[in-house]
Amino acid sequence: MAKSSSSDAQALIRSLRSAYAATPTNLKIIDLYVVYAITTAVIQIVYMGIVGSFPFNSFLSGILSCVGTAVLAVCLRIQVNKENKEFKDLSPERAFADFVLCNLVLHLVIMNFLG
Amino acid sequence: MVDPSEAKGEGSLRKAFGGVLGFFILLLIGTLAFSIRLFSVIKYESVIHEFDPYFNYRVTQFLTKNGIYDFWNWFDDRTWYPLGRVIGGTVYPGLTLTAGSIWWLLNNLNIPLSVETVCVFTAPIFSANAAWATYLLTKAPAHLFEVKGTGAGLTAAVLLAMVILFLLVFLLISDNQNVPSYISRSVAGSYDNEAVAIFALIFTFYLYIKSSDLKNYTQTLNTGSLFYATLNALSYFYMVCSWGGYTFIINLIPMHVLLCIVTGRYSSRLYIAYAPLVVFGTLLASLVPVVGFNAVMTSEHFASFLVFIIIHVVALVYYIKGILSPKMFKVAMTLIVTIGIAVCGAVLAILIALVASSPTKGWSGRSLSLLDPTYASKYIPIIASVSEHQPPTWPSYFMDINVLAFLVPAGIVACFLPLSDASSFVILYITTSVYFSGVMVRLMLVLAPAACIMSGIALSEAFDVFTRSIKFQLPKLFETPPSDVWQLIGDTNNGTQDELAKVDSKIPTEKSETTVKERPSKKNRKKEKEILEKGKEIKEKGKENVEKVSDKRQNAKKLLVLPLEASAVAILLLIILGAFYVVHCVWAAAEAYSAPSIVLTSHSHDGLHVFDDFREAYAWLKHNTDVDDKVASWWDYGYQTTAMANRTVIVDNNTWNNTHIATVGTAMSSPEKPAWEIFNSLDVKYVLVVFGGFVGYPSDDINKFLWMVRIGGGVFPHIREPDYLRDGQYRIDAQATPTMLNCLMYKLSYYRFVETDGKGFDRVRRTEIGKKHFKLTHFEEVFTTHHWMVRIYKLKPPKNMTRGKSKKKINPKTRTKISYQKNRNKNPWQ
Repeated sequence: MAKSSSSDAQALIRSLRSAYAATPTNLKIIDLYVVYAITTAVIQIVYMGIVGSFPFNSFLSGILSCVGTAVLAVCLRIQVNKENKEFKDLSPERAFADFVLCNLVLHLVIMNFLG
Repeated sequence: MVDPSEAKGEGSLRKAFGGVLGFFILLLIGTLAFSIRLFSVIKYESVIHEFDPYFNYRVTQFLTKNGIYDFWNWFDDRTWYPLGRVIGGTVYPGLTLTAGSIWWLLNNLNIPLSVETVCVFTAPIFSANAAWATYLLTKAPAHLFEVKGTGAGLTAAVLLAMVILFLLVFLLISDNQNVPSYISRSVAGSYDNEAVAIFALIFTFYLYIKSSDLKNYTQTLNTGSLFYATLNALSYFYMVCSWGGYTFIINLIPMHVLLCIVTGRYSSRLYIAYAPLVVFGTLLASLVPVVGFNAVMTSEHFASFLVFIIIHVVALVYYIKGILSPKMFKVAMTLIVTIGIAVCGAVLAILIALVASSPTKGWSGRSLSLLDPTYASKYIPIIASVSEHQPPTWPSYFMDINVLAFLVPAGIVACFLPLSDASSFVILYITTSVYFSGVMVRLMLVLAPAACIMSGIALSEAFDVFTRSIKFQLPKLFETPPSDVWQLIGDTNNGTQDELAKVDSKIPTEKSETTVKERPSKKNRKKEKEILEKGKEIKEKGKENVEKVSDKRQNAKKLLVLPLEASAVAILLLIILGAFYVVHCVWAAAEAYSAPSIVLTSHSHDGLHVFDDFREAYAWLKHNTDVDDKVASWWDYGYQTTAMANRTVIVDNNTWNNTHIATVGTAMSSPEKPAWEIFNSLDVKYVLVVFGGFVGYPSDDINKFLWMVRIGGGVFPHIREPDYLRDGQYRIDAQATPTMLNCLMYKLSYYRFVETDGKGFDRVRRTEIGKKHFKLTHFEEVFTTHHWMVRIYKLKPPKNMTRGKSKKKINPKTRTKISYQKNRNKNPWQ
């Protein structure tokens, strides 16, 4: 049982990798950005665990800015992905413009909250 | 053959006319919403009502005088003496900032309105905005006005039918916004948070639906849903600034997302609508000082985080499903499920441990009392004592939403007929708001827009059906129909059913579309000719139509055409229903909800009596006491006293400190000497009591007295409620308990009351009072208003302690002589 499940797991990982390799480059860039943002958030949490959460608003704004840009990047990816039939009328430039605008608002709020 | 450009021209003309008409109707709606709320200004004067608005007015005054930085950091030392109150951090700034900015804008345009005027009229202005927001919100679930180019829906209707539909839906929504429960909190003068908050609520919901809606991408205007999601978050920010009820939004939207996921309606639009809202919303909510870190730490927000995680999991699952083959996907699922359950279990355990460690499980008192209606009466008597927090009675539902009460179920059914994201959202909204309005009468306000939307949908569907029935059968009236015309009409119905059914049909070619669109004209002859022409063309296609028409459409065709007379009578009856509703709303606005409770009127045989006692008392306080004098009264009058009399009070309507209020309650329930000592320890100079027994004003302090006992007894156990009741009954006549007859509230209310009519008959309690002739030893009366409604007493300074001894020394001889002769055994020092 264990062997079959581990071989299953390997087959799964292989098929995931091959499927993912087929995605276009611009989407991979966005995915990289998302991974970077989440990593930064995790680093901040670890730091908070070590040092303590004293200016809690700073901690909160840091975490939420990382999570926020990650979420916005995911939204951008959804809108730009050509396989998404719901968004075929939306031009990628418009999606990117939305992304930039929302990031602007997000960072404005973050700067205010950072304290 | 019809010229397509001509048809298009006609279509766009119709659209343009419809658009202009719609605009003017919306303008009318706004004016109507504004003017129906002006009754109090007309009947009384432009004055601020009730209690809470006075606080908001005072804060707005401060803001306009001192600017925003001082307002943000304001520490108020004139309330809750000696504790003070941090106003910058405990007030919801939305309303005051809105009114302040309107005042500032107008003053900069050289329109010198006073702050009071701006405050009084803020509520009606925002009610007009709320009406427009409701129109926007109803568009989505009602599937109306799909401006999809030339192809479908309403653009195929006759001009008259379209006019009727527009007119009625708009008027209904507008009239609906004048629903009495909303009017009650937004009349001119009711300057309270809800005036602005309901507009913010509806607008936030509208933007949420817009950002998750598919139609945005088929429009040629570039509306992208991420943009609307950001706007949604900003509107949510405005809601958080305005009212504590924002937790309703942050729990309803996750509930709706969860519902969509569970019913299989997950789509990436949902993700785009929801995920940014959570991140932005939490950030923006933390910006408001009142909420602060509660945005991430209280249970009220946990639902949004939970659903945030769930939607990410679901999104990931869908993504993996998309890129993997089905077999691999099954493997992935089993793997993920086993790991996932373990992780989830761990996280859940941690969360439960965290939450259970706090005594209220992380919820605030107010939210708990909403979830469990019996909570407040058991644990927090202050919340239970506020009249707005009581559950409503059944008649109050009918009084407040009238006709809508039975249109709402019809609307719910209509929402199910084509169930979309938007209509499922509205259904969830009305269900939760009905529950919460059943818990607290104040939340009828949240029910009002939901009821309006539902009944608007129901009525528009009804009118839709009736007008189409009439429209299809009108030609029958004017011509003697040969049999093939019958068939034509049958095919006509069939053809238009293609348009009406919102299913993407593969059939409508350009021809049928243009001929259908060409039909609307006012002359019946032309109509008939066109029908004949069109009928011929459609006849050929009619067969294919009929084949491809599904059973649903056949049934729809049968259902949608009712007999002519029935439709006409039904339309008439619905219009009469609407008329009754309008009459009721106007009556409710004029009679029931326009009273500024600071001024009372009564009609008697010799005209109108005005009771302006409250303002009389506050003016006396303002002119006859020192600026630093402290006034003690029950917390109801705190805001008014600080705003109008400009004196420091001990407790006010904010009720944030239960012990302080219990102190005042204990003082009111104790005999004179202990009460004097309590008040003296708080540096109180004046005590204010409201007494309605002379004129029959029922909301006076004697009627509220039991709450004082309960609240005081909650903190100071020597005050026991049964001591004040005789056989479980609350009385103030001769049968009252001695504790009751000796307490401060009784004495201050009824001091010298017997002088008014010789018998001391209390018109509210309808009995003669128990103790009629008594003197006050520690208080002296300084002012009683004209109708005895407000009575002000001053604390007597402490007695000079040496008086007794000096008396003995002054007359030693006479005293000892008398005492020696009369009582030998008596102690000479006594």
